[in-house]
Amino acid sequence: MTLSKVLFAGTAALAVCATAAAAQTEISWWHAMGGTNGERVNKIAADFNASQDEYVVVPTYKGNYTETMTAAVAAFRANEQPHLVQVFEVGTATMMAAKGAIYPIEQMMADAGEPFDGSAYLPAVVSYYQTPDGQLLSMPFNSSTPVLWYNADALKAAGASVPETWDEVKTTAQALVDNGMECGFSFGWQSWVMIENFSAWHDLALGTQENGFTGFDTEFTFNNEKVAARLQEIADMQEDKLFVYGGRRGDSLPMFTNGECGMWMNSSAYYGSMVAQAEFEFGQAMLPLDTSVASAPQNSIIGGATLWALQGHESDEYKGLAKFMTYLSSADVQAWWHQETGYVPITTAAAELSAQQGFYETNPGTDTAIKQLSLNTPTANSRGLRFGNFVQIRDVINEEMEALWAGNITAAEALDNAAERGNALLRKFERTAK
Amino acid sequence: MLKRVHFPTSLLPYLLVAPQVIITLVFFVWPASQAVYQSFLIEDAFGISTEFVWFENFAYLASDEQYLGSFGRTIFFSVCVAVLSMSAALVLAGFADRIVRGATTYRTLLIWPYAVAPVLAGALWVFMFNPTLGIFPYILEFVGIDWNHYLNGSHAMMLVIFAAAWKQIAYNFLFYLAAMQSIPRSLIEAAAIDGAGPVRRFWDHIFPLVSPTTFFLLVINAVYAFFDTFGIIHAVTQGGPANATTILVYKVYNDGFVGLDLGGSAAQSVILMILVIAMTVVQFRYVERKVEY
Amino acid sequence: MIENRPILNMISHAVLILGVVIVALPIWITFVAATHDPVRMTQAPIPMLPGGYFWENFTQTLFGGGLSGTESAPVWRMLLNSMMMALMISFGKIAISLLSAFAIVYFKFPFRMGFFWLIFITLMLPVEVRILPTFQVIADLGMLNSYWGLSIPLIASATATFMFRQVFLTIPDEMLESARIDGAGPLRFFWDILIPLSRTNIAALFVILFIYGWNQYLWPLLITTETDMTTIVMSIKQMLEAAEQSPQWNIIMMTALLAMIPPVFVVVAMQRLFVQGLTETDK
Repeated sequence: MTLSKVLFAGTAALAVCATAAAAQTEISWWHAMGGTNGERVNKIAADFNASQDEYVVVPTYKGNYTETMTAAVAAFRANEQPHLVQVFEVGTATMMAAKGAIYPIEQMMADAGEPFDGSAYLPAVVSYYQTPDGQLLSMPFNSSTPVLWYNADALKAAGASVPETWDEVKTTAQALVDNGMECGFSFGWQSWVMIENFSAWHDLALGTQENGFTGFDTEFTFNNEKVAARLQEIADMQEDKLFVYGGRRGDSLPMFTNGECGMWMNSSAYYGSMVAQAEFEFGQAMLPLDTSVASAPQNSIIGGATLWALQGHESDEYKGLAKFMTYLSSADVQAWWHQETGYVPITTAAAELSAQQGFYETNPGTDTAIKQLSLNTPTANSRGLRFGNFVQIRDVINEEMEALWAGNITAAEALDNAAERGNALLRKFERTAK
Repeated sequence: MLKRVHFPTSLLPYLLVAPQVIITLVFFVWPASQAVYQSFLIEDAFGISTEFVWFENFAYLASDEQYLGSFGRTIFFSVCVAVLSMSAALVLAGFADRIVRGATTYRTLLIWPYAVAPVLAGALWVFMFNPTLGIFPYILEFVGIDWNHYLNGSHAMMLVIFAAAWKQIAYNFLFYLAAMQSIPRSLIEAAAIDGAGPVRRFWDHIFPLVSPTTFFLLVINAVYAFFDTFGIIHAVTQGGPANATTILVYKVYNDGFVGLDLGGSAAQSVILMILVIAMTVVQFRYVERKVEY
Repeated sequence: MIENRPILNMISHAVLILGVVIVALPIWITFVAATHDPVRMTQAPIPMLPGGYFWENFTQTLFGGGLSGTESAPVWRMLLNSMMMALMISFGKIAISLLSAFAIVYFKFPFRMGFFWLIFITLMLPVEVRILPTFQVIADLGMLNSYWGLSIPLIASATATFMFRQVFLTIPDEMLESARIDGAGPLRFFWDILIPLSRTNIAALFVILFIYGWNQYLWPLLITTETDMTTIVMSIKQMLEAAEQSPQWNIIMMTALLAMIPPVFVVVAMQRLFVQGLTETDK
């Protein structure tokens, strides 16, 4: 880096930057936020830099979540790692198992002498990223949870109400289709919404060992009758167009915003896109309850990404990083981030501040995610999941679920296949994580 | 291989090959040998714990239906891309060859997709075929086709084939047109005097005469489809739905880069490398014979 | 023309125009998308005719905030980086390949075949499948965030050497004989005879390599961590993958248009040499 700098810092502008930065300690932050959220990331860093003159946080966009994580891994292997890297929630087990590579946030803050109060954080948000004994490993940054988005105009026109249970989802979908809509409902991020969150919402275990929290020798149990029955019913609903599959991730968003589907289950963080694109009244409601599985919902789990500190830097730099973490989780910053992006706030103070500022009154429904996450105290089944190789396992689940939607196999077969292939990947991971 | 007339031995040839040999050693042979070594390991992403497992990664691949299936898919995909883009180019070149005026204009208009980045080409095709927004599903709906490449594996495969073939038409067209224009006019005129119509002339005279080009393009297109379409698959389907469009190169990338299974991915790289070297030797032999003869 | 058949001529033009339409359609849609506002591009069916936002999108992309998410590395800077990378790959590869092909064809020396095969096994294998070990090498050499790091690993491939070797083999031996009678040394021969004779091949290769270099995505993403090293193709991919937002098609497509201009210009401007250079070696 220094060699290349010397060779290529040809322009005067670069030279000026280099000398200005030399006086301060630089902290590198690799992130995966493209688009407008990327601008917000830059603003956070810029505001922090302006708030003090000892440290400079330098955010760098490194591609999507997988590209950012791989870039950090490659950099670590070459001893060029950043101080801070944004990793999506499914990478948690991989990061956590790499004990020599990561610097647990809570420990880093303690070592740097920076005060840290674990109780200030929303339990449902941080529980995903804690050790079983409650140590915070990484700092939640952009967290969301799946909610039920609905087209209020379409529901009104069809004379249907917002569903609270899966039976009602079916009747509402039927009413929408009868009223001329092309599809009743759809969803995205299917493993996250329909397997991981469905299980947590109904207090079902995804795998043994408390969803992997207490040991690497975990095995999947999501291939149970309850999940299978639910998925099978959804697959059967395709016949009357009550359900239409629209792709992985957020690929099905246009189906909802263009008025093809009246309901859509996906991340609460699509709020910004909805405001920009939907030309109808829309709302968000809690996920539907499957009354044949549970009598009341537990709580949903989060998705999104957290910030991991990496080992191998000077202690002075970690001091700066700790200060930045404090700044990042301050109520002002969190409330702003929450209101701008639709991600949930990570501290109770930020949620309260948002309420005080009247955000939820002027934007009805935006507190659905927080309500859903903090509905109950998380149980072993609903605080999150910690499976290794989960990036690949999600792909496996995607593949099997797609085979189900295409009518090639039954729901029970799809789940059994997914669990079997997933378990093989878990065993592979177990061997590398010691 | 070597010129019959050549310069005497001296230090010079070593200096001449040095830059390329050094670059090859440092940036190809060394990383490739690292990949070979990694293919014998099971390790975590960060390289903190490592276990030497001999051929276990290979054995796993040999028993992995998904991996074996991707061989067949890769071949199907490559053949379709090559045939589709070459036949489209052949037809266009055949007509362009007939035309006295304007051939260059058409060439200019047909050539530019070659310059478009694969990632971008993929993005464009996804955009045009988006089941909700795209222009093509909108048109297809009128003929009763419910296009959904997110769900339907055949649709997804067709889409990546279209996108990959589209990018290659320009290149094939250039070669075919140049080959046709170098056929002596007198030959075609003689056939015309014998009473052969344009279609007959094309099939009986022009097509056989451009067959070396056809063979050459077949190799180039197959290689293109095998290795360079990674960006297109990545942007269009990411291998889905249900693995319908996962070809070999994409799987190497996905397992290694996305799944961080470095050992398994390295083992696949090694298999690919062996495949490539075999193909190179075959291709090399062929070209070699042609030149010496 | 062999015979005059007006109907067939019309058919020819019709088929070619259809071909042009099919080939150019995606580019047309790119252009159309770049002239609308972001919301219009999320409503079905997407428009087929240009809208009125061309200048707005153009100025936003080129001068302000369009390429959001990067620390506002200006578009000119990204274009410059792409240009540097593409040119270094083109010239670097052409230079080393000419030299090594010359040595292999015109000299007899120990280990000639060894070098030959060493170079040729690198044929065709894409960077993507050996990307992590290559990254490590670049990092060890301290070449992250540099134009060297961006370009040199992509030079390590034998296609160009292979092509020049074919070209040199078709050059008649008499050329060398007469040059030696004139008292020309190897380097003189190389510079005065071989280079001029392979002019069109060099041009054709330049086109191929320029486009190859310009369109790289994964490699620059991995090895650049400083925003002023970002390339333009990287920035398009970045805008496509904004997490939990739908992409801003108008800005993406405008950037795509800007990113297409240099490689398209190179191909179109050099098409005659490109075709000659490629087809002559094949014959």
